[in-house]
Amino acid sequence: MRSFASVTDFRSTDGSYRLLPFRFHRLDKQNEILVNECGEFVVAPIGTTETIVRRRLLPTDNIYPTLKAKHFIYDDYSSALLDVLASKYRTKFDFIHGSTKLHIFVVTLRCDHSCHYCQVSRQTVNKGEFDMPYEVAEAAVNMMLQTPSPQVTLELQGGEPLLAFDTIKYIVSIAKPKAARLGKELDIVITSNLAFLTDEILEYCKAEEIKLSSSLDGPEFIHNANRPRPGGDSYRVAIEGIRRARRALGANRVAALMTTTQLSLQHPKEIIDEYVRQSFHTIFLRPISPYGFAVKSNHRTGYEMDAFLEFYRTGLNHIIDLNRKGYSLTEIYTKILLQKMLMPEGTGYVDLQSPSGAGWNVLVYNYDGDVYATDEARMLAEMQDHTFKLGNVLKHSRAQIFTSPEFVNLLQAACNQSLPGCSDCAFQPYCGADPVYHHATQGDMIGHRATSGFCKRNMKVIEHLFSLLQAGDPDTQDILWGWVTDRNLTEIRADIPQ
Amino acid sequence: MRLHTAGTARGFRKPLVVRVTTEQLPNSERKHAALVLSSLEGVPNDFRGYAALIIQSKVDGQSISTPLIHSVRDIDHLSSGHVVVMEPLNGFIRTLYRPESQHNTLFVTERCNSNCLMCSQPPTDKDDIAALSERNLKLIDLMSPAPEYLCITGGEPTLLGDRLLAILGKLRDVMPCTYVHMLTNGRRFAWADFTSDLAGVRHPNFSVGIPLYADHATLHDYIVQARGAFDQTILGLHQLARQGVEIEIRIVLHALTAPRLVLLAEYICRNVTFVDHVSFMGMEHIGYVPRNMSELWIDPVDYQEQLEKSVAFLTRFGINVRIYNLQLCVLKPSLWKYSKQAISDWKNAYGEVCEDCTVRDRCGGFFQWSTKQRSRGFHAIPIKRDLNGMELTH
Repeated sequence: MRSFASVTDFRSTDGSYRLLPFRFHRLDKQNEILVNECGEFVVAPIGTTETIVRRRLLPTDNIYPTLKAKHFIYDDYSSALLDVLASKYRTKFDFIHGSTKLHIFVVTLRCDHSCHYCQVSRQTVNKGEFDMPYEVAEAAVNMMLQTPSPQVTLELQGGEPLLAFDTIKYIVSIAKPKAARLGKELDIVITSNLAFLTDEILEYCKAEEIKLSSSLDGPEFIHNANRPRPGGDSYRVAIEGIRRARRALGANRVAALMTTTQLSLQHPKEIIDEYVRQSFHTIFLRPISPYGFAVKSNHRTGYEMDAFLEFYRTGLNHIIDLNRKGYSLTEIYTKILLQKMLMPEGTGYVDLQSPSGAGWNVLVYNYDGDVYATDEARMLAEMQDHTFKLGNVLKHSRAQIFTSPEFVNLLQAACNQSLPGCSDCAFQPYCGADPVYHHATQGDMIGHRATSGFCKRNMKVIEHLFSLLQAGDPDTQDILWGWVTDRNLTEIRADIPQ
Repeated sequence: MRLHTAGTARGFRKPLVVRVTTEQLPNSERKHAALVLSSLEGVPNDFRGYAALIIQSKVDGQSISTPLIHSVRDIDHLSSGHVVVMEPLNGFIRTLYRPESQHNTLFVTERCNSNCLMCSQPPTDKDDIAALSERNLKLIDLMSPAPEYLCITGGEPTLLGDRLLAILGKLRDVMPCTYVHMLTNGRRFAWADFTSDLAGVRHPNFSVGIPLYADHATLHDYIVQARGAFDQTILGLHQLARQGVEIEIRIVLHALTAPRLVLLAEYICRNVTFVDHVSFMGMEHIGYVPRNMSELWIDPVDYQEQLEKSVAFLTRFGINVRIYNLQLCVLKPSLWKYSKQAISDWKNAYGEVCEDCTVRDRCGGFFQWSTKQRSRGFHAIPIKRDLNGMELTH
C-alpha cells in the first residue's frame, strides 16, 4: 500500500505569487470586475485588486485558487500554463486569420429614397454615370478574390443596387466561377430597399442563392418618416418586398436592419413589436452613424448617446420579455457582446474589433473603383474627406492598398490595446477600435475616450449586460445564453436542468 | 455476475488465453479453444488440438497431455465464446471477454503514476506491462464476434508506451468498427510526441476519458496525489485536441470536489472548451475509499445544488453532460435526464428499499460493494416520473 501526502505538500512554499496581465473596473458600489487578456472575468468586492497587487492575498483565501485558475496570478507551485493562456488568446483573435472576408460593392449611387440618415449622397434615378462600370467591377472582383480567406462575403449595395441589376448580374457571373476555381466559398447578399423587386429579380436570386437584406425602421409612421420616397409609401413597399422575397427565397434568406433616429428613440417597444409582427427573429438596435447626411441633418436625426442607451435598455428588456413569453427574438449587438464576454472565441462582427475590422476584415469598392476601409469611410469621401481612401482597383494592387500610407495611418489607431483610455480599460477584450468614427466625430483617429460616443455606448452596454448576468434571473440567463449558443428558450431548456 | 473461478492447474507453465467452448468442436476449430466439461466420465478421450480443458470434477491419473484446470469450483458462468485466462500457478480462471456484454474491457496494467485518494482499484508497483500486453494482444485475436464497445483501462494505460500503440493498432486492424474508449489520467499526453504517435495510429473510433478534479493545481494534485499532475493533464488535453482526439472529462463527486464544482465547470468551458462531454460520477466505496472516508464522504444529497449549478453552466455553454453512479432517489429530479445506468453491468445492485420503487428499471442502482455508507436520501420513488423528473399521469 502506498501512503498519502497532505494537502500542504501541494502548495506554494513561500506564499508569494506573481501577476499576469489583467485590468479592473468598478461595477457598482459593492463590486469590481477583474478581466484578463482573454476576457475571462471575476466579479469581486471592491478592494480585491488592491489586495492582489499589494501582495496581501493568501493561498488559503477562497479567491486565490480562482484567480490562479482564471490566469490572473501564478505561483511557484505549478506552471502558469502560459501555453494554455496563449492558446486562449489565439482563439479569441482568430478573426484576424484570413484577412478580408466582407467585400462591399457599391454598384450604383442612384436611389429613389431620401433617408435622413443616409450614409451616401443620393443621385436621381436616371444618372447612369453613377453606376459601376464593368471594367471596375471586374477589377474589384479580382481584388476581392485575392484575399487569403477561404470564405468571402460579397455584399452588393448602393444607393439602391437593384437600379443597377445588370451590373449585379455581371459581377455575380464573373465572381462565382472564379471563386469556385480558387476553392473559395462565396456568399452573396444584396442590400436593398426592395422597391424595385421584380419576379425576374427574385427568380434570379433564388437560382443564384443570393440573400436579401432590407431596411425596416419600425411601424409605418416611423419607417415612412425616416425613409421618405416619392409617394411617401416606403413602409408599404418594404413590407410587400419582404413578403414577396420570403415567399420566393425562404424566410431565412431575407433579413432586415433598423436605424435609430430621434423619432425612433421614443418608440422602442413599437419598433420591436413591428419586427415581431413581421415574423423576424433577429433585430439590431443600431444607433445612427455620425456620417454623411446624418451629420448634416443633425437637427433632425442627431441625439445624445444617453438617449440611445435608454432606448437600448428599454428595448432589450422588452425583447427579453418577448422571449420569456415564447417568441424567440435575438438582439444582435447584445449577442455579439455576450459572445465576447462569455465564449472563448471572438466574433466576425467587423465594427467592434481590435485590430479594427476596417480594411483588414472589410473593404468597400465604390462605383468608381475607389477602395475604402469601411462604408463609413466611403461616406466621408462623399463629403470630400479622403482620409480613408486606400486606392483604386484600376490603379492599385491588393498589396499596394494594404501598404498605402492611408491604411498604415489607420492601423496605427486600430488597436485598442494601445489606445489612450482603452489600454487600461477592463472591457478592452470585449470592445474594439474605431478610427473612422473618431476621425469623423473628433477629428482624430485616436480620439478622446472621455467624450467619445463609441466609448460611452460600449461601456454602458457592457456594464448593463454584466448587471443582467449578475442579477441571476434564470429566465434571463437562459435567454441570453441561448442567443450566444444559437438556441431558443425551448431548445436551451431541453438541454439544461429543469 | 461471476467473472472468476479457480481449480487445480496441470500441464502448462505460462498463462493461457483461450476461448471457451461447452460443445465439442471439429479439429480445425480447436486451436484456441478450451473445452469445458463437468467430468471426463463418458467423454471419449480425444482432446487433440484443444488449447486447454476446464473440468469441474477432479482429474487424477489419466494421461491427458492437454493443459487443463480441474476441480473447478464453478463452471456454469462459462459460456461458449467467452475468452478466459487460465493461470498455471494458482489455477485461476478469469473471464476476460463476454461477447454478449456492453461492458468489455482490456485491463492493461495495475501500475499508475497517480495515486488518487478515492481510487477504486489501487495501483501496485509490480511490472506487469509486458505480460499483460502479450495477454491482451492474444485476447483481441480471440474476441469474436467483435464487441460494439471496448474500454481500455488500468492502472494507467499510457504507461505502456509503445505497447499501447501496438494494442491500439491491432484493434484498428482486427475490429475497426469497435468503439474504443480509454480511461487515462491524460498526464503523458503533455508530451507532444507521444500524443501524435497515438493519434498517428488513426483508430477510426477512439476516444479518451480523462479525470479533472479541480480548477487549480493544488486541489487536483492533492486528490490524485501527484505533483505536477494538473499541469500535465491540462497540457495533455490540449495536445489531444490538437490531434483531434475525442475527449470525455470525468469528475468523481466527493467532499473534496463538490465545493468547487461550479468553478470547475467554468474552467472546463474556458480552458478545455473542445471536450465532447463531461461525466459526473458518484464515488464507489471500494479501493482506497474506505481508508480515506473521513476526508471523502459527503452525502450526495448535500452536493445536489452544486451539481445542478455545474450541469446548468456546462449545458448552457453547450457541453453535453452525463451523470453516472447516482441513484435517482438521491439525484435532483432536474438532473434525471443526464443520468445513465452504471458504467459496468456487473456493478448494478439494488437494495430492499428499491423493491417498491417505480423507477428502478431506469436507475443505475448502486455498486454491490457500496453497502456500508449510504445516502440518507435512499428511498423508493412512489410516483412515476419521466426522465425529466416530471410526474407521469396515467
